[in-house]
Amino acid sequence: MHITQGAFSFLPPLTDEQIARQVQYCIDKGWAVSLEFTDDPHPRNTYWDMWGHPMFDNPDAAALMLELKACRKVYGDRYIRLVAFDSSHGWESVRLSFIVNRPAVEPGFRLERQETAGRGIRYTTRSYAAGRPAGERYG
Amino acid sequence: MAEAQPIMREVDDVKLSAIDLRAEYAESGVEAVLDELDRTLIGLKPVKQRIKETAALLLVERARKRLGLAHETPTLHMCFSGNPGTGKTTVALRMADLLHRLGYIRKGHLVSVTRDDLVGQYIGHTAPKTKEILKKAMGGVLFIDEAYYLYRQENERDYGQEAIEILLQVMEHQREDFVVILAGYGDRMERFFESNPGFRSRIAHHIDFPDYADDELLSIADVMLEKQNYGFDAEGRAAMEQYIALRRRQPHFANARSIRNALDRARLRQANRLFETSDGPIGADTLSTIVAADIRASRIFRNEAGQESEARQLEGAS
Ligand SMILES: Nc1ncnc2c1ncn2[C@@H]1O[C@H](COP(=O)(O)OP(=O)(O)OP(=O)(O)O)[C@@H](O)[C@H]1O
Ligand SMILES: [Mg+2]
Repeated sequence: MHITQGAFSFLPPLTDEQIARQVQYCIDKGWAVSLEFTDDPHPRNTYWDMWGHPMFDNPDAAALMLELKACRKVYGDRYIRLVAFDSSHGWESVRLSFIVNRPAVEPGFRLERQETAGRGIRYTTRSYAAGRPAGERYG
Repeated sequence: MAEAQPIMREVDDVKLSAIDLRAEYAESGVEAVLDELDRTLIGLKPVKQRIKETAALLLVERARKRLGLAHETPTLHMCFSGNPGTGKTTVALRMADLLHRLGYIRKGHLVSVTRDDLVGQYIGHTAPKTKEILKKAMGGVLFIDEAYYLYRQENERDYGQEAIEILLQVMEHQREDFVVILAGYGDRMERFFESNPGFRSRIAHHIDFPDYADDELLSIADVMLEKQNYGFDAEGRAAMEQYIALRRRQPHFANARSIRNALDRARLRQANRLFETSDGPIGADTLSTIVAADIRASRIFRNEAGQESEARQLEGAS
Protein backbone atom coordinates (compact mmCIF):
# COMPACT_ATOMS: atom_id res chain seq x y z
CA MET A 1 0.00 0.00 0.00
CA HIS A 2 1.58 3.21 -1.23
CA ILE A 3 1.23 5.59 1.69
CA THR A 4 0.24 9.13 0.81
CA GLN A 5 1.15 11.97 3.11
CA GLY A 6 2.03 15.64 2.64
CA ALA A 7 2.21 17.47 -0.66
CA PHE A 8 2.43 15.79 -4.09
CA SER A 9 1.13 12.58 -2.53
CA PHE A 10 -1.06 11.69 -5.51
CA LEU A 11 1.82 12.04 -7.97
CA PRO A 12 4.29 9.29 -8.68
CA PRO A 13 7.32 9.57 -6.38
CA LEU A 14 9.45 12.61 -7.28
CA THR A 15 12.82 12.06 -8.89
CA ASP A 16 15.87 13.50 -7.13
CA GLU A 17 15.99 16.29 -9.66
CA GLN A 18 12.39 17.19 -8.94
CA ILE A 19 13.06 17.03 -5.22
CA ALA A 20 16.04 19.37 -5.63
CA ARG A 21 13.90 21.88 -7.49
CA GLN A 22 11.21 21.87 -4.83
CA VAL A 23 13.87 22.29 -2.17
CA GLN A 24 15.38 25.21 -4.05
CA TYR A 25 11.94 26.80 -4.20
CA CYS A 26 11.65 26.51 -0.41
CA ILE A 27 15.14 27.91 0.18
CA ASP A 28 14.47 30.83 -2.14
CA LYS A 29 11.35 31.55 -0.11
CA GLY A 30 13.52 31.79 2.97
CA TRP A 31 12.18 28.62 4.59
CA ALA A 32 14.46 26.38 6.62
CA VAL A 33 14.56 22.92 5.09
CA SER A 34 15.24 19.73 6.98
CA LEU A 35 14.75 15.98 6.84
CA GLU A 36 12.81 13.68 9.15
CA PHE A 37 12.49 9.91 9.11
CA THR A 38 10.32 7.24 10.71
CA ASP A 39 9.32 3.61 10.55
CA ASP A 40 5.94 4.35 12.09
CA PRO A 41 4.05 6.09 9.30
CA HIS A 42 0.68 6.19 11.02
CA PRO A 43 -1.05 9.38 9.85
CA ARG A 44 -1.46 10.57 13.45
CA ASN A 45 2.24 10.15 14.20
CA THR A 46 3.28 13.74 13.52
CA TYR A 47 6.62 13.63 15.29
CA TRP A 48 9.19 11.92 13.15
CA ASP A 49 12.87 11.77 14.07
CA MET A 50 15.03 14.65 12.88
CA TRP A 51 17.98 14.03 10.59
CA GLY A 52 20.51 16.71 11.55
CA HIS A 53 19.50 20.30 12.01
CA PRO A 54 17.24 22.42 9.86
CA MET A 55 19.28 24.40 7.33
CA PHE A 56 19.02 28.13 7.77
CA ASP A 57 21.93 29.48 5.78
CA ASN A 58 22.65 27.20 2.84
CA PRO A 59 21.56 29.01 -0.31
CA ASP A 60 21.64 26.00 -2.62
CA ALA A 61 19.54 22.82 -2.68
CA ALA A 62 22.63 20.68 -3.27
CA ALA A 63 23.32 21.01 0.45
CA LEU A 64 20.07 19.29 1.34
CA MET A 65 20.51 16.67 -1.37
CA LEU A 66 23.86 15.83 0.23
CA GLU A 67 22.08 15.21 3.53
CA LEU A 68 19.33 13.23 1.83
CA LYS A 69 21.94 10.95 0.33
CA ALA A 70 23.53 10.47 3.75
CA CYS A 71 20.14 9.87 5.39
CA ARG A 72 19.16 7.28 2.80
CA LYS A 73 22.41 5.47 3.42
CA VAL A 74 21.44 4.96 7.05
CA TYR A 75 17.64 4.91 6.90
CA GLY A 76 16.96 3.99 3.30
CA ASP A 77 14.47 1.34 4.45
CA ARG A 78 12.24 3.89 6.20
CA TYR A 79 10.07 6.84 5.31
CA ILE A 80 11.96 10.09 4.93
CA ARG A 81 10.23 13.41 4.40
CA LEU A 82 11.32 16.90 3.61
CA VAL A 83 10.06 19.63 5.90
CA ALA A 84 10.21 23.33 5.04
CA PHE A 85 9.68 25.61 8.02
CA ASP A 86 8.73 29.25 7.69
CA SER A 87 10.02 31.14 10.70
CA SER A 88 8.59 34.49 9.72
CA HIS A 89 6.28 36.16 12.21
CA GLY A 90 2.70 35.01 11.93
CA TRP A 91 3.61 31.76 10.21
CA GLU A 92 6.13 30.06 12.44
CA SER A 93 5.10 26.70 11.09
CA VAL A 94 5.71 24.12 8.40
CA ARG A 95 4.83 25.46 4.95
CA LEU A 96 5.58 22.42 2.85
CA SER A 97 6.30 18.80 3.54
CA PHE A 98 6.51 15.77 1.30
CA ILE A 99 7.84 12.22 1.29
CA VAL A 100 11.24 11.77 -0.37
CA ASN A 101 11.96 8.15 0.46
CA ARG A 102 9.90 5.09 1.29
CA PRO A 103 10.56 1.42 2.11
CA ALA A 104 10.73 -1.05 -0.77
CA VAL A 105 7.74 -2.97 0.57
CA GLU A 106 4.87 -1.18 2.25
CA PRO A 107 2.48 -3.65 3.86
CA GLY A 108 0.04 -0.89 4.80
CA PHE A 109 -2.65 -0.76 7.47
CA ARG A 110 -5.26 -3.06 8.85
CA LEU A 111 -8.66 -1.64 9.67
CA GLU A 112 -9.87 -2.88 13.06
CA ARG A 113 -13.47 -2.78 14.13
CA GLN A 114 -14.14 -2.82 17.83
CA GLU A 115 -17.71 -3.62 18.76
CA THR A 116 -18.89 -1.52 21.64
CA ALA A 117 -22.09 -1.09 23.60
CA GLY A 118 -25.32 -0.76 21.69
CA ARG A 119 -23.92 -2.32 18.50
CA GLY A 120 -21.64 0.75 18.16
CA ILE A 121 -18.35 0.27 16.33
CA ARG A 122 -14.98 2.00 16.90
CA TYR A 123 -12.63 1.96 13.98
CA THR A 124 -8.88 2.07 14.22
CA THR A 125 -6.06 1.59 11.73
CA ARG A 126 -3.03 -0.40 12.69
CA SER A 127 0.19 -0.52 10.68
CA TYR A 128 1.22 -4.08 9.92
CA ALA A 129 4.85 -3.13 10.01
CA ALA A 130 4.62 -1.32 13.36
CA GLY A 131 3.74 -4.63 15.03
CA ARG A 132 7.43 -5.40 15.09
CA PRO A 133 9.92 -3.50 17.28
CA ALA A 134 11.21 -0.12 16.09
CA GLY A 135 14.16 -0.50 13.74
CA GLU A 136 13.05 -3.96 12.51
CA ARG A 137 9.87 -2.98 10.77
CA TYR A 138 10.85 -2.76 7.14
CA GLY A 139 13.33 -4.76 5.12
CA MET B 1 13.50 27.29 -10.15
CA ALA B 2 12.36 30.60 -8.87
CA GLU B 3 15.78 32.19 -8.54
CA ALA B 4 16.97 33.94 -11.67
CA GLN B 5 19.42 31.81 -13.58
CA PRO B 6 20.86 34.35 -15.90
CA ILE B 7 21.38 32.36 -19.04
CA MET B 8 21.22 28.63 -18.52
CA ARG B 9 17.70 28.50 -19.78
CA GLU B 10 16.10 25.31 -20.93
CA VAL B 11 16.38 25.41 -24.67
CA ASP B 12 15.97 21.73 -25.42
CA ASP B 13 12.65 22.28 -27.13
CA VAL B 14 14.08 24.85 -29.52
CA LYS B 15 16.04 23.44 -32.42
CA LEU B 16 19.04 25.67 -32.79
CA SER B 17 21.34 25.52 -35.75
CA ALA B 18 23.60 28.49 -35.15
CA ILE B 19 24.66 30.55 -32.20
CA ASP B 20 25.90 34.10 -32.14
CA LEU B 21 28.79 34.04 -29.69
CA ARG B 22 29.06 37.83 -29.68
CA ALA B 23 25.43 38.21 -28.75
CA GLU B 24 25.74 35.51 -26.09
CA TYR B 25 28.73 37.35 -24.68
CA ALA B 26 26.89 40.63 -24.53
CA GLU B 27 23.74 39.07 -23.11
CA SER B 28 25.50 37.14 -20.36
CA GLY B 29 26.77 40.29 -18.66
CA VAL B 30 30.25 38.81 -18.69
CA GLU B 31 31.51 41.78 -20.60
CA ALA B 32 30.52 44.09 -17.78
CA VAL B 33 32.42 42.03 -15.23
CA LEU B 34 35.53 41.81 -17.39
CA ASP B 35 35.40 45.52 -18.08
CA GLU B 36 35.15 46.32 -14.43
CA LEU B 37 38.02 43.97 -13.73
CA ASP B 38 40.08 45.82 -16.32
CA ARG B 39 39.21 49.20 -14.95
CA THR B 40 39.51 48.68 -11.23
CA LEU B 41 42.48 46.34 -11.12
CA ILE B 42 45.79 47.75 -12.26
CA GLY B 43 48.18 45.47 -14.12
CA LEU B 44 47.68 41.70 -13.63
CA LYS B 45 47.80 41.18 -17.41
CA PRO B 46 48.34 37.40 -17.34
CA VAL B 47 45.61 36.97 -14.75
CA LYS B 48 43.09 38.96 -16.74
CA GLN B 49 44.07 37.02 -19.83
CA ARG B 50 43.45 33.68 -18.11
CA ILE B 51 40.10 34.87 -16.84
CA LYS B 52 39.07 35.92 -20.33
CA GLU B 53 40.12 32.55 -21.70
CA THR B 54 38.09 30.78 -19.05
CA ALA B 55 35.07 32.90 -19.90
CA ALA B 56 35.51 32.07 -23.59
CA LEU B 57 35.76 28.37 -22.83
CA LEU B 58 32.56 28.42 -20.83
CA LEU B 59 30.69 30.35 -23.49
CA VAL B 60 31.80 27.91 -26.17
CA GLU B 61 30.93 24.91 -24.01
CA ARG B 62 27.49 26.33 -23.53
CA ALA B 63 27.03 26.98 -27.21
CA ARG B 64 28.09 23.41 -27.97
CA LYS B 65 25.62 22.09 -25.47
CA ARG B 66 22.80 24.04 -27.03
CA LEU B 67 23.66 22.76 -30.47
CA GLY B 68 23.64 19.22 -29.21
CA LEU B 69 27.37 18.62 -29.64
CA ALA B 70 29.33 16.46 -27.25
CA HIS B 71 30.25 18.56 -24.28
CA GLU B 72 31.63 18.01 -20.85
CA THR B 73 31.15 20.34 -17.95
CA PRO B 74 34.67 21.68 -17.52
CA THR B 75 36.39 21.38 -14.16
CA LEU B 76 36.86 24.86 -12.84
CA HIS B 77 38.59 24.33 -9.53
CA MET B 78 41.46 26.80 -9.46
CA CYS B 79 44.57 27.75 -7.63
CA PHE B 80 45.78 31.33 -7.29
CA SER B 81 49.39 31.59 -6.34
CA GLY B 82 51.47 34.67 -5.89
CA ASN B 83 53.34 36.79 -3.42
CA PRO B 84 51.62 38.71 -0.64
CA GLY B 85 49.39 41.55 -1.73
CA THR B 86 49.22 40.68 -5.42
CA GLY B 87 45.43 40.69 -5.50
CA LYS B 88 44.49 37.03 -5.10
CA THR B 89 41.68 37.57 -2.65
CA THR B 90 40.37 40.50 -4.63
CA VAL B 91 40.23 38.52 -7.89
CA ALA B 92 38.59 35.49 -6.23
CA LEU B 93 35.67 37.67 -5.21
CA ARG B 94 35.17 38.80 -8.81
CA MET B 95 35.53 35.24 -10.06
CA ALA B 96 32.42 34.12 -8.18
CA ASP B 97 30.38 36.83 -9.85
CA LEU B 98 31.76 35.95 -13.26
CA LEU B 99 31.05 32.23 -12.95
CA HIS B 100 27.54 33.00 -11.85
CA ARG B 101 26.90 35.20 -14.85
CA LEU B 102 28.21 32.46 -17.09
CA GLY B 103 25.68 30.13 -15.55
CA TYR B 104 28.38 27.85 -14.26
CA ILE B 105 27.40 28.15 -10.63
CA ARG B 106 23.81 28.57 -9.58
CA LYS B 107 24.10 31.15 -6.83
CA GLY B 108 27.35 33.08 -7.17
CA HIS B 109 28.16 33.63 -3.52
CA LEU B 110 31.66 33.27 -2.13
CA VAL B 111 32.40 31.43 1.09
CA SER B 112 35.86 32.43 2.24
CA VAL B 113 37.55 30.15 4.74
CA THR B 114 40.91 29.33 6.26
CA ARG B 115 42.12 26.27 8.14
CA ASP B 116 40.28 27.17 11.34
CA ASP B 117 36.90 27.07 9.61
CA LEU B 118 37.45 23.56 8.29
CA VAL B 119 39.56 21.74 10.82
CA GLY B 120 38.29 20.79 14.27
CA GLN B 121 39.95 20.71 17.66
CA TYR B 122 39.34 17.09 18.60
CA ILE B 123 38.52 13.71 17.09
CA GLY B 124 35.20 13.71 15.26
CA HIS B 125 35.01 17.49 15.10
CA THR B 126 36.53 17.99 11.67
CA ALA B 127 34.15 16.09 9.39
CA PRO B 128 30.96 17.88 10.48
CA LYS B 129 32.75 21.22 10.41
CA THR B 130 34.06 20.70 6.89
CA LYS B 131 30.69 19.40 5.71
CA GLU B 132 28.85 22.42 7.11
CA ILE B 133 31.17 24.71 5.15
CA LEU B 134 30.78 22.62 2.01
CA LYS B 135 27.01 22.81 2.27
CA LYS B 136 27.20 26.55 2.67
CA ALA B 137 29.37 26.80 -0.44
CA MET B 138 27.04 24.71 -2.64
CA GLY B 139 25.95 26.73 -5.64
CA GLY B 140 28.85 29.13 -5.16
CA VAL B 141 32.60 29.38 -4.70
CA LEU B 142 34.60 28.01 -1.79
CA PHE B 143 37.70 30.14 -1.36
CA ILE B 144 40.39 28.57 0.80
CA ASP B 145 42.99 31.17 1.64
CA GLU B 146 46.48 29.94 2.52
CA ALA B 147 45.39 26.41 1.75
CA TYR B 148 48.75 24.92 2.77
CA TYR B 149 47.89 25.35 6.43
CA LEU B 150 45.43 22.49 5.96
CA TYR B 151 48.37 20.18 5.73
CA ARG B 152 50.85 19.92 8.58
CA GLN B 153 53.70 17.83 7.43
CA GLU B 154 55.27 17.52 10.85
CA ASN B 155 52.17 15.92 12.36
CA GLU B 156 50.77 12.96 10.48
CA ARG B 157 47.78 12.67 12.77
CA ASP B 158 46.79 16.26 12.16
CA TYR B 159 43.04 16.69 11.67
CA GLY B 160 43.74 18.75 8.55
CA GLN B 161 44.21 15.53 6.63
CA GLU B 162 40.62 14.59 7.30
CA ALA B 163 39.38 17.91 5.93
CA ILE B 164 41.54 17.43 2.83
CA GLU B 165 40.07 14.00 2.18
CA ILE B 166 36.48 15.22 2.44
CA LEU B 167 37.27 18.18 0.20
CA LEU B 168 38.87 16.00 -2.47
CA GLN B 169 35.90 13.68 -2.51
CA VAL B 170 33.32 16.42 -2.88
CA MET B 171 35.43 18.32 -5.43
CA GLU B 172 35.41 15.24 -7.58
CA HIS B 173 31.81 14.11 -7.21
CA GLN B 174 30.00 17.42 -7.09
CA ARG B 175 31.78 19.39 -9.73
CA GLU B 176 28.51 20.85 -10.96
CA ASP B 177 27.60 22.09 -7.52
CA PHE B 178 30.48 24.37 -6.61
CA VAL B 179 33.93 25.66 -7.46
CA VAL B 180 36.93 25.56 -5.16
CA ILE B 181 39.61 28.24 -5.35
CA LEU B 182 42.78 27.67 -3.38
CA ALA B 183 45.04 30.61 -2.75
CA GLY B 184 48.45 31.11 -1.24
CA TYR B 185 52.06 32.04 -1.76
CA GLY B 186 53.65 30.36 -4.75
CA ASP B 187 56.41 28.28 -3.19
CA ARG B 188 54.31 27.05 -0.28
CA MET B 189 51.43 26.10 -2.60
CA GLU B 190 53.93 24.15 -4.68
CA ARG B 191 55.08 22.21 -1.61
CA PHE B 192 51.46 21.65 -0.62
CA PHE B 193 50.67 20.12 -4.00
CA GLU B 194 53.75 17.94 -3.79
CA SER B 195 52.50 16.34 -0.60
CA ASN B 196 48.88 16.25 -1.82
CA PRO B 197 48.91 15.08 -5.43
CA GLY B 198 45.17 14.47 -5.24
CA PHE B 199 44.67 18.19 -5.05
CA ARG B 200 46.90 19.00 -7.96
CA SER B 201 45.08 16.63 -10.28
CA ARG B 202 41.67 18.01 -9.37
CA ILE B 203 42.66 21.56 -10.11
CA ALA B 204 42.54 22.45 -13.74
CA HIS B 205 43.58 26.07 -13.59
CA HIS B 206 46.70 27.34 -11.94
CA ILE B 207 46.93 31.10 -12.17
CA ASP B 208 50.08 32.93 -11.15
CA PHE B 209 49.85 36.43 -9.81
CA PRO B 210 53.03 38.29 -10.75
CA ASP B 211 54.58 40.98 -8.59
CA TYR B 212 53.65 44.50 -9.61
CA ALA B 213 56.12 46.74 -11.41
CA ASP B 214 56.98 50.08 -9.84
CA ASP B 215 54.80 52.08 -12.22
CA GLU B 216 51.88 49.73 -11.58
CA LEU B 217 52.25 50.22 -7.85
CA LEU B 218 52.20 53.97 -8.40
CA SER B 219 48.96 53.66 -10.38
CA ILE B 220 47.56 51.46 -7.63
CA ALA B 221 48.44 54.19 -5.15
CA ASP B 222 46.57 56.69 -7.32
CA VAL B 223 43.50 54.44 -7.49
CA MET B 224 43.51 53.76 -3.77
CA LEU B 225 43.77 57.44 -2.89
CA GLU B 226 41.10 58.36 -5.39
CA LYS B 227 38.70 55.88 -3.82
CA GLN B 228 39.17 57.60 -0.48
CA ASN B 229 38.84 61.06 -1.99
CA TYR B 230 42.50 61.90 -1.61
CA GLY B 231 45.20 62.70 -4.15
CA PHE B 232 48.91 63.49 -4.49
CA ASP B 233 50.27 66.84 -5.52
CA ALA B 234 53.11 66.67 -8.07
CA GLU B 235 55.93 66.42 -5.51
CA GLY B 236 53.94 64.05 -3.39
CA ARG B 237 53.56 61.69 -6.30
CA ALA B 238 57.28 61.91 -7.08
CA ALA B 239 58.04 61.09 -3.45
CA MET B 240 55.72 58.11 -3.66
CA GLU B 241 57.57 56.93 -6.74
CA GLN B 242 60.84 57.00 -4.83
CA TYR B 243 59.22 55.38 -1.84
CA ILE B 244 58.09 52.46 -3.98
CA ALA B 245 61.56 51.89 -5.40
CA LEU B 246 63.07 51.94 -1.90
CA ARG B 247 60.33 49.92 -0.25
CA ARG B 248 60.63 47.10 -2.72
CA ARG B 249 64.17 46.43 -1.56
CA GLN B 250 63.11 46.17 2.08
CA PRO B 251 62.12 42.92 3.75
CA HIS B 252 58.43 41.98 4.03
CA PHE B 253 57.51 43.80 0.87
CA ALA B 254 53.87 42.95 0.11
CA ASN B 255 53.09 44.57 -3.23
CA ALA B 256 49.76 46.39 -3.24
CA ARG B 257 49.26 45.84 0.47
CA SER B 258 52.52 47.66 1.23
CA ILE B 259 51.16 50.54 -0.78
CA ARG B 260 47.89 50.45 1.11
CA ASN B 261 49.75 50.51 4.42
CA ALA B 262 52.07 53.30 3.30
CA LEU B 263 49.10 55.39 2.28
CA ASP B 264 47.34 54.75 5.57
CA ARG B 265 50.38 56.10 7.38
CA ALA B 266 50.70 59.02 4.96
CA ARG B 267 47.13 60.01 5.77
CA LEU B 268 47.95 59.84 9.43
CA ARG B 269 50.93 62.16 8.95
CA GLN B 270 48.90 64.47 6.77
CA ALA B 271 46.28 64.79 9.48
CA ASN B 272 48.96 65.57 12.06
CA ARG B 273 50.61 68.07 9.76
CA LEU B 274 47.34 69.87 9.16
CA PHE B 275 46.57 69.87 12.83
CA GLU B 276 49.89 71.31 13.84
CA THR B 277 50.36 73.88 11.11
CA SER B 278 46.91 75.21 10.36
CA ASP B 279 45.46 78.25 12.00
CA GLY B 280 42.19 79.30 10.51
CA PRO B 281 39.86 77.58 8.06
CA ILE B 282 41.22 75.12 5.47
CA GLY B 283 39.58 73.96 2.23
CA ALA B 284 38.68 70.59 0.81
CA ASP B 285 41.76 70.73 -1.39
CA THR B 286 44.14 70.96 1.51
CA LEU B 287 42.24 68.29 3.39
CA SER B 288 42.57 65.81 0.56
CA THR B 289 46.11 66.42 -0.67
CA ILE B 290 49.03 64.19 0.24
CA VAL B 291 52.24 66.18 -0.14
CA ALA B 292 55.88 65.11 -0.35
CA ALA B 293 56.48 65.66 3.36
CA ASP B 294 53.77 63.13 4.26
CA ILE B 295 55.62 60.48 2.30
CA ARG B 296 59.20 61.50 3.01
CA ALA B 297 58.70 61.32 6.76
CA SER B 298 58.66 57.55 6.32
CA ARG B 299 61.53 55.67 7.93
CA ILE B 300 62.22 54.14 4.52
CA PHE B 301 63.99 57.37 3.68
CA ARG B 302 66.15 57.19 6.82
CA ASN B 303 68.95 55.04 8.17
CA GLU B 304 69.37 51.27 8.33
CA ALA B 305 68.02 50.81 11.84
CA GLY B 306 64.91 52.77 11.01
CA GLN B 307 64.22 50.68 7.96
CA GLU B 308 64.38 47.54 10.02
CA SER B 309 61.72 48.66 12.39
CA GLU B 310 59.43 49.99 9.70
CA ALA B 311 59.68 46.66 7.98
CA ARG B 312 58.68 44.92 11.16
CA GLN B 313 55.84 47.32 11.59
CA LEU B 314 54.68 46.57 8.05
CA GLU B 315 54.67 42.90 8.76
CA GLY B 316 52.45 43.44 11.73
CA ALA B 317 50.12 45.64 9.73
CA SER B 318 49.57 43.14 6.94
N1 LIG C 1 45.70 45.36 -9.23
C1 LIG C 1 45.24 46.04 -8.18
N2 LIG C 1 44.70 47.24 -8.33
C2 LIG C 1 44.26 47.92 -7.27
N3 LIG C 1 44.29 47.47 -6.00
C3 LIG C 1 44.84 46.27 -5.78
C4 LIG C 1 45.34 45.49 -6.85
N4 LIG C 1 45.82 44.35 -6.36
C5 LIG C 1 45.63 44.39 -5.03
N5 LIG C 1 45.04 45.55 -4.67
C6 LIG C 1 44.72 45.94 -3.31
O1 LIG C 1 45.76 45.48 -2.47
C7 LIG C 1 45.29 44.93 -1.26
C8 LIG C 1 45.78 43.51 -1.11
O2 LIG C 1 45.19 42.68 -2.09
P1 LIG C 1 44.70 41.19 -1.78
O3 LIG C 1 44.23 41.09 -0.37
O4 LIG C 1 43.78 40.78 -2.84
O5 LIG C 1 46.09 40.43 -1.93
P2 LIG C 1 46.41 38.90 -1.68
O6 LIG C 1 47.14 38.43 -2.87
O7 LIG C 1 45.18 38.18 -1.29
O8 LIG C 1 47.41 38.98 -0.46
P3 LIG C 1 47.74 37.84 0.62
O9 LIG C 1 48.31 36.71 -0.14
O10 LIG C 1 48.76 38.48 1.51
O11 LIG C 1 46.46 37.50 1.28
C9 LIG C 1 43.79 45.02 -1.31
O12 LIG C 1 43.42 46.14 -0.54
C10 LIG C 1 43.47 45.25 -2.79
O13 LIG C 1 42.34 46.06 -2.93
MG1 LIG D 1 44.59 37.27 0.55
